[in-house]
Amino acid sequence: MQGLLPYLINGVSVGGQYALIAIGYTLVYGILRLINFAHGDVFMVAGLIMVYSSATLPMYLAIPLVLLLTVALGFVIERAAYKPLRSAPRMSLMISAIGVSYLIQNLAFYFTGGLPQPVTNAIPWISENVTVFGESTKRVTLVTPVLTAVLVAALVYFINHTKIGMGMRAVSKDFETALLMGIKINSVISMTFVVGSFLAAVGAMLYFTNYPSVAITSGGMPGLKAFVAAVFGGIGSIPGAVVGAFLIGISEELIKGIGYSTFSDAFTFALLIVVLCVRPTGLFGEKVTDKV
Amino acid sequence: MKKILALVLALAMVFALAACGGKSADTASSSAPAADESGGVVKIGVFEPQTGDNGAGGKQEILGMQYANYVQPTVEIGGKTYEVKLEIVDNRTTAENGPSAAAELMNRDVSVVLGSYGSGVSMAGGAVFAEAGVPAIGVTCTNPQVTSDCDVYYRICFLDPFQGTVLANYAYNTLGVTSAYTLAMLGSDYDQGLVYYFTEAFKALGGTVKNEDFPEGSANFVSYINNAKAEGAGVIFAPVSTNYAQLIIEAASAQNFEGTLLGSDTWDNNMVVESAQGKAVTVDITTFYQEGGNAEFDSGIKEWINANADAKTNNGGNDMVSAVTAMGYDAYFTALEALKAAGSTEPSAVLAALPGVHYTGVSGEIAFDEIGDAKRDAAYIKTANTETGAWDFVTIQGVN
Repeated sequence: MQGLLPYLINGVSVGGQYALIAIGYTLVYGILRLINFAHGDVFMVAGLIMVYSSATLPMYLAIPLVLLLTVALGFVIERAAYKPLRSAPRMSLMISAIGVSYLIQNLAFYFTGGLPQPVTNAIPWISENVTVFGESTKRVTLVTPVLTAVLVAALVYFINHTKIGMGMRAVSKDFETALLMGIKINSVISMTFVVGSFLAAVGAMLYFTNYPSVAITSGGMPGLKAFVAAVFGGIGSIPGAVVGAFLIGISEELIKGIGYSTFSDAFTFALLIVVLCVRPTGLFGEKVTDKV
Repeated sequence: MKKILALVLALAMVFALAACGGKSADTASSSAPAADESGGVVKIGVFEPQTGDNGAGGKQEILGMQYANYVQPTVEIGGKTYEVKLEIVDNRTTAENGPSAAAELMNRDVSVVLGSYGSGVSMAGGAVFAEAGVPAIGVTCTNPQVTSDCDVYYRICFLDPFQGTVLANYAYNTLGVTSAYTLAMLGSDYDQGLVYYFTEAFKALGGTVKNEDFPEGSANFVSYINNAKAEGAGVIFAPVSTNYAQLIIEAASAQNFEGTLLGSDTWDNNMVVESAQGKAVTVDITTFYQEGGNAEFDSGIKEWINANADAKTNNGGNDMVSAVTAMGYDAYFTALEALKAAGSTEPSAVLAALPGVHYTGVSGEIAFDEIGDAKRDAAYIKTANTETGAWDFVTIQGVN
């Protein structure tokens, strides 16, 4: 094994991308108790929008457009597929999420003709090569963890110090009581999807700068791993999702580094099972207290 | 009110779907007529991926056949002139989907099948063709088992043992490299087969090889490139799908890999060479045909591609002539030769006639040995020109 450094740098970068997706899972779970299976596909669609918009528009228009359209997609999914089921059993909601996931994949299949779309106009500056301690890498690998940290700090501030953030905390504690207290449940939930989709769009732009090919299944693996990260950190907890994502990202790259590349994915999913068996609430998860 | 809004949104999604469905139905019906009216129609099945990891390559191979069909739309069989109709199905790259696509072709009563791009799916389809007794002509499927395990499968391209050995010879003798690193996708017959033959040949020459695999759906190849650098490898041999080839080039460029990336015939794709454009990487590949090999064919197909928007999209948005397109073109004419020799549109007659077929195509001489493989003893090596974003011819490499 060569020096540890290139693997660590790459691991931190991969972890940052997982973290941005994992927050989307964990936010929605915290509030709706729903595992939003369509989240990985929202991530993929953000990548596709980036491919198409950057091909026709200048970058300073393309990037806001990607963010805007992805946020709109997250909002529409919630309104069309989840909101009508608010009083239905939670299982129906989950099945609807799976349906949305496949619907998005197949629509993308139609639009792309099933071919992976190469990212031909990568975002400048962050796609350039730099040398860190004698190791060459793309600038995006260094930018990702920093940007992730900044966004998470902003998100924590948003949740703890704004009115709608307070609403989100209240809804996650107790849905019905929050409703009785006059909190506008629907706008709080929409906001959750907006924030989650926004972070997924940022994650997609970073991810597809590093791995510049968007296939309709591109959202699957990162989505699943981010989900594992969210469970590992304790689903519902934002710091948990971030820490879990970084740990998984770094572990995966180190496993590839010591020559067991074939097992890097297996490790992630074995971790999911172990965490669920040994510590179902994850690293930072809330204690489960059944309310009477 | 809000319920209505939700309903409208749900309906909007349904209509979006309906719109998609409607359009594909239209295109299907527009290609249907002509077939039934005239009695003299001979159907050639096209068994190719149009979606999935190999979708891009499959579409380019089909382009060659469509162009050939445009150049030569009729064939004389037993003194009568038949119109040739291509029956195209999508085998979706994977072996699981191969048999159903193959069965679909059998239902359409084709006389002979062309394809597929990708060996795994060809083997899966081969079983169905054998059962129906319909001959198949492999275009660019290079795994030996495609023909050795299937009596009805013939092919016009070289084989993996040959291709792997050619690349090993090229790396060891021409590039002067003694340490190689290979990368293949788990579960891919094509990747694993080529890596095996390359490794055997490279070790026999006196080099050392480190093999690694990646799971399907991987996007992050940075750590693999780092492993190759740690091994001190002078070449990375990665006979992978087009999609992964692009990602590997990207990762090698980001990690500043100074050796050569060696690719197989799957890398011979515009998208691959475009992704190498402007990057500090060396990409050398083996392939079946190099643009410029036959000026008449090149100019003809370029004109056809440029006049046809769909064809241009399927070719990756430009008019570069891919080797698989040339092979698809040759495969079509080989099939016509077989039909002429058979003197009948019966699949069994075509099958009986195939072993004796000789044809000189744009990619060279085509004749079959007793297993059904083309007799080929040289491969083109070309390199990606990172300034112009096109392939440059390097040499014709045989096996020493």
